[in-house]
Amino acid sequence: MALIVRFRKLCFVEPVRFQSYESQKCEKKEEIVAPPTKNGLEINKKKTKRGPRELSCIDYCCWMIGYLCTIWWLLFFLYHCLPATLLGFQVPESPGTRLKREGLIAQHPVVLVPGFVTGGLELWEGKPCAEGLFRKRLWGGTFSEMFKRSLCWLDHLILHNETGLDPPGVRVRAVPGLAAADYFASGYFVWAVLIENLAKIGYEGKNLFMAAYDWRLSFQNTEIRDQALTRLKSKIELMYVTNGYKKVVVVPHSMGAIYFLHFLKWVELSPLMGGGSGPGWCSKHIKAIMNIGPTFLGSPKMVTSILTTEGKDVARFRAMLSGVLDSELLGIQTVEHVLRVSRTWDSTVSLLPKGGETIWGNLDWFPEEGQVCVCSKKRSLLTSTNDNSTDVKGGLQVKESNKYGRIVSFGKSASQLPSSELPSFDTKEFFGLHMDKNSGSSCGQVWTEYDVINRESIRKFAENKAFTAATVFDLLRFVAPKMMQRAESQFSHGIADNLDDPKYEHYIYWSNPLETRLPDAPDMEIYCLYGVGVPTERSYVLKISPADRCKSIPFRIDTSVDGEEGSCLKNGVYLVDGDESVPALSAGFMCAKGWKGRTRFNPFGSRTYIREYQHKPSSSLLEGRTTESGSHVDVLGNYAFIEDVLRVAAGATGAEIGGDRIHSDILKMSEKINLQL
Amino acid sequence: MSILRRRSKVRNSSDFSEAEKDKDADESKKDKGKEKLNRKQDGGERRIKKWTCVDSCCWFIGFICSMWWFLLFLYNAMPASFPQYVTEAITGPLPDPPGVKLKKEGLTAKHPVVFVPGIVTGGLELWEGRQCADGLFRKRLWGGTFGEVYKRPLCWVEHMSLDNETGLDPPGIRVRPVSGLVAADYFAPGYFVWAVLIANLARIGYEEKTMYMAAYDWRISFQNTEVRDRTLSRIKSNIELMVATNGGRKVVVIPHSMGVLYFLHFMKWVEAPAPMGGGGGTNWCAEHIKAVMNIGGPFLGVPKAVSGFFSNEARDIAAASLDSICNKWAYAPGFLDKDVFGLQTLQHLMRMARTWDSTMSMIPKGGDTIWGGLDWSPEGVYNCGAKKPKNNNTHTKVPNGKGASSFMEGVNYGRIVSFGKDVAELHSSKIERVDFRDSVKGNNPVNKCDVWTEYQELGVGGIKAVVDYKVYTAGSILDLLHFVAPKLMKREGAHFSHGIADNLDDPKYTHYKYWSNPLETRLPNAPEMEIFSMYGVGIPTERAYVYKLTSTAECSIPFQIDTSANGGSENSCLKDGVFSVNGDETVPVLSAGFMCAKGWRGKTRFNPSGIRTYVREYNHAPPANLLEGRGTQSGAHVDMLGNFALIEDILRVAAGATGEELGGDQVHSDIFKWSKKINLQL
Repeated sequence: MALIVRFRKLCFVEPVRFQSYESQKCEKKEEIVAPPTKNGLEINKKKTKRGPRELSCIDYCCWMIGYLCTIWWLLFFLYHCLPATLLGFQVPESPGTRLKREGLIAQHPVVLVPGFVTGGLELWEGKPCAEGLFRKRLWGGTFSEMFKRSLCWLDHLILHNETGLDPPGVRVRAVPGLAAADYFASGYFVWAVLIENLAKIGYEGKNLFMAAYDWRLSFQNTEIRDQALTRLKSKIELMYVTNGYKKVVVVPHSMGAIYFLHFLKWVELSPLMGGGSGPGWCSKHIKAIMNIGPTFLGSPKMVTSILTTEGKDVARFRAMLSGVLDSELLGIQTVEHVLRVSRTWDSTVSLLPKGGETIWGNLDWFPEEGQVCVCSKKRSLLTSTNDNSTDVKGGLQVKESNKYGRIVSFGKSASQLPSSELPSFDTKEFFGLHMDKNSGSSCGQVWTEYDVINRESIRKFAENKAFTAATVFDLLRFVAPKMMQRAESQFSHGIADNLDDPKYEHYIYWSNPLETRLPDAPDMEIYCLYGVGVPTERSYVLKISPADRCKSIPFRIDTSVDGEEGSCLKNGVYLVDGDESVPALSAGFMCAKGWKGRTRFNPFGSRTYIREYQHKPSSSLLEGRTTESGSHVDVLGNYAFIEDVLRVAAGATGAEIGGDRIHSDILKMSEKINLQL
Repeated sequence: MSILRRRSKVRNSSDFSEAEKDKDADESKKDKGKEKLNRKQDGGERRIKKWTCVDSCCWFIGFICSMWWFLLFLYNAMPASFPQYVTEAITGPLPDPPGVKLKKEGLTAKHPVVFVPGIVTGGLELWEGRQCADGLFRKRLWGGTFGEVYKRPLCWVEHMSLDNETGLDPPGIRVRPVSGLVAADYFAPGYFVWAVLIANLARIGYEEKTMYMAAYDWRISFQNTEVRDRTLSRIKSNIELMVATNGGRKVVVIPHSMGVLYFLHFMKWVEAPAPMGGGGGTNWCAEHIKAVMNIGGPFLGVPKAVSGFFSNEARDIAAASLDSICNKWAYAPGFLDKDVFGLQTLQHLMRMARTWDSTMSMIPKGGDTIWGGLDWSPEGVYNCGAKKPKNNNTHTKVPNGKGASSFMEGVNYGRIVSFGKDVAELHSSKIERVDFRDSVKGNNPVNKCDVWTEYQELGVGGIKAVVDYKVYTAGSILDLLHFVAPKLMKREGAHFSHGIADNLDDPKYTHYKYWSNPLETRLPNAPEMEIFSMYGVGIPTERAYVYKLTSTAECSIPFQIDTSANGGSENSCLKDGVFSVNGDETVPVLSAGFMCAKGWRGKTRFNPSGIRTYVREYNHAPPANLLEGRGTQSGAHVDMLGNFALIEDILRVAAGATGEELGGDQVHSDIFKWSKKINLQL
């Protein structure tokens, strides 16, 4: 007890002692210097004498705040005075500077295509509640409006439930120009590092273009509403002409990769359907497409994101956001509100896994079979130091228990049982059930489609079942019928049997690499650049949350489910190698196999290259986001990646920068996938 | 045990920090227990003793901080409509902004809109810089907060200057225009340029895809924007794109200030064949442009530019700007006077501004024919003082005013620069002039000045020669500038021309240096197109200057406006050495209106296809009170972009109206009378 008391004394007495020290110092000063301070002291004394009572805790609070502020400013000032080198860490030389010394200069114009979520959105017309926000960023920047008027904010980001376009009276548009996605939030770079390095070798406004588009819309709708594709085409043509007829290098990121696939088809088709430039446009205007972290075959993350809004989502900031969101910012129904809004965004559907069971595996089979799991950090470090042999045991364990093919399973058992023991089901019989309107509108204004669906039917539909990449669409159609109906008229997720079928002229197939052909551009190079070595969500164990009516999301990731140590199952999520958002399979398969050589998807034999970037976590917090990161967004600041882009932009070919560079098992995995080519 | 460990640990750490702070710590440490007890017992007294000045300071800072946060919090929590509510409570209900009004009338976006910003108003950002500009990549050097001007002024000047010979980037520096609407919506935070117009256009349905800001680097010559940045090609491509994506509807172009000249240049460029021009063919303008709505266009240049080159000052240097052409940036006065750049502020600025080729496009064009000779000027007698009484509705004062007669004597506006007030007013026959053109420049062997403004090369002899010529008209001004700044004018000669064409069929007029001079080019063949000249009137605008010789000392500018020269009466046009005339504070009416009032009216040789022209003047009315900000009826050069009448006109045209439907000409000044006096072959 006595010890505790003394401890407390120590803490308490400190400030008082400090005060006395300060006063001593001050008195010394006074001796030397001037009467005015003495006067001040007297006045002060008078004050305090007048009302000794007034010197209450408020004054002490003020004193404390003032003290802290002063110290803070002082430190801040010192920090700014310090030269950067004094802080101890050496800043590695940026690739731009190095390559400039090597003599590289800007050659080919560069087009950046941002991905999902990273692009800024600004308000052009709003409801009364959004007054004063004209041309202010609603998405990106500081997100301050999210805190100030959150419901209003959501009301403006939502799209129309039926058309997938603007709701009446609201116009939210993509921010144009490089500012659209250089920084996502202040200090959180997206493209800024790449832009800066490009500028070092001579890029500037005339040969660098950010193809910003409204990432909430379906791809074809960006053309219908904003003419975004026409503008992109015109910009590329302009840059081609004004830069001495040099072809452009396109750098799409994440969803931008499939957006640009869509563009490639669109631009060549007849004016009725597309841009009307005719075949040959791509080979004339495009030198290389350097997809970074492409979601060619979708991302399993999107499945749970649509089902529950959970999962760390496509980019890390969503995780940051969800922290905020969970704290009941918008009242009780935060997550529901977010779900309501994000379900109107058609583009999310473009990120659902494509290719069904052929690509992603069925109940018993999956392409990652035999792959060593890289779920724990320890493990990933080990694999990177080529110590694979010691991990064999763990690898085998993983192999036994994981069923990656089951993208969503309800309950751990369903995720692991052999398929013969799983209850079989016929989806069709359920579709009659779910329109029971017994929930009414008692749940406030939040309208997620879950309200309309009978809870019991959900339970019946889902319980103890496992869904593969193909059947998961049935689940989605069941729980979000309207969204899927709307979105499936915009995107397709299958595999084409016969690409000559005239139906594949339709735009819903353009963004699916398994249902389109690459353009006639034999000189064009396609790169799949992506980070590896970060555990990436691949499949989920869900549970059905208690049937509380107004807690209207019936599913939750079953975070209690964990595998044994070293297993890939963690908090209800099966992890696999990737860049944190996109599994290596999705990012690399097309370049590793689907388009390699002359295939039916690549009839003109455009060359493909895979460049993987092994993730190295930052060694300390001070470093921030490292220059060797492989995670989905941070990879845009990866120096190896930047160097590759710079070299290609300065004229190098894929072979010259070293051809394929592979760390993961992508080739092995691809081999296992039995896709007719 | 754990408690013990914790305690000792804490104690250690506190020891450590104490050791830093206090050397007498040991003693007091022993007394800690006591102290605390004491404090509890007679807390009040002890506190008083310890409440010293430092504590008071801390208390004060803390208090301020807390208050600040509290207010900030209140401000953030305040509903957005609150300021408006307060304003309305004080001034009465505000008129609807034109966008809202016209939306109610049923106007919707029809023609795409292109903005062409003027000089100075566009933002410039850094793409490559020297060591000293570290960390400024893609930050605005021009526009925005101008924070760098304060932090590293010399570095800033270095980056904003262009190469003295080529007029392009100095090696190792790339400063480029900001692109997009953000380039010139606000010049500095809160100081709108295009923002009000953009907001009103958005109200009737415009958005990014139907609006385009043709931002260009306003420092370099017009043709160089194409050579270096491909700006003209981009504008062409963007206009074509907007026409194509908006169902073939032609664009409405809205150039402001120098943008007017830039767009003239563009129209010629786009039709000219490929190597020098854009290769769009002779019908390009007819196919793509519905109307050109010039706002405050210095078609024939501005006299202010002369004083800018000559001495880098204008009447309002005290209330003025870096570049004397565009003045009145509300906050500029402070920082210029305070010698941010050390003693040689003006010289540094002058050196910088003199590398900017574009400023030379604003030198008065058309020579004596337009601007008047020694004893003649189109404005003749202009009643400078009348403006203010008129605004105050005291018409009675005008006829019987004593002042009226004194300034009715007539001002020799034609003498753009004169040395000495008496010279400015004498009849030309009485002035003795010594031609300066052939005089030998005194040579200064040592150039000690670190600032180079070409005056150093002039020498004493040269300066004297300049003064001896006494009076300069618009025609001889060019010779004067050639004399005092030969290098500058050499670049000028390559990019701009300021004459009047005798024969427009002369093949030399296909050269780009003539394209921005309306007196030396033809308008494109586009009879459907309309040209508007919209400008503010009712503000005294600089027209001619009285100079004096200051010092012949090295390293300073030897000439200065003679601010002691004032007219006889209150209403005189001569004030602080500057003769003013009606205009929008920067551009005199004559320059902004003449082409549309006469030069292009009907079918003339400058307008062979008979493009219809309209003059729309907006009378200046200063804001009634501070709350109104820069007013909704302003006629000042830049503030005019927030003039509701102007915005309404633009909105109507953008929504499909023609000039006739707007009401044709709307004239408050004497522009037609003055134009008639100008004897120009048409």
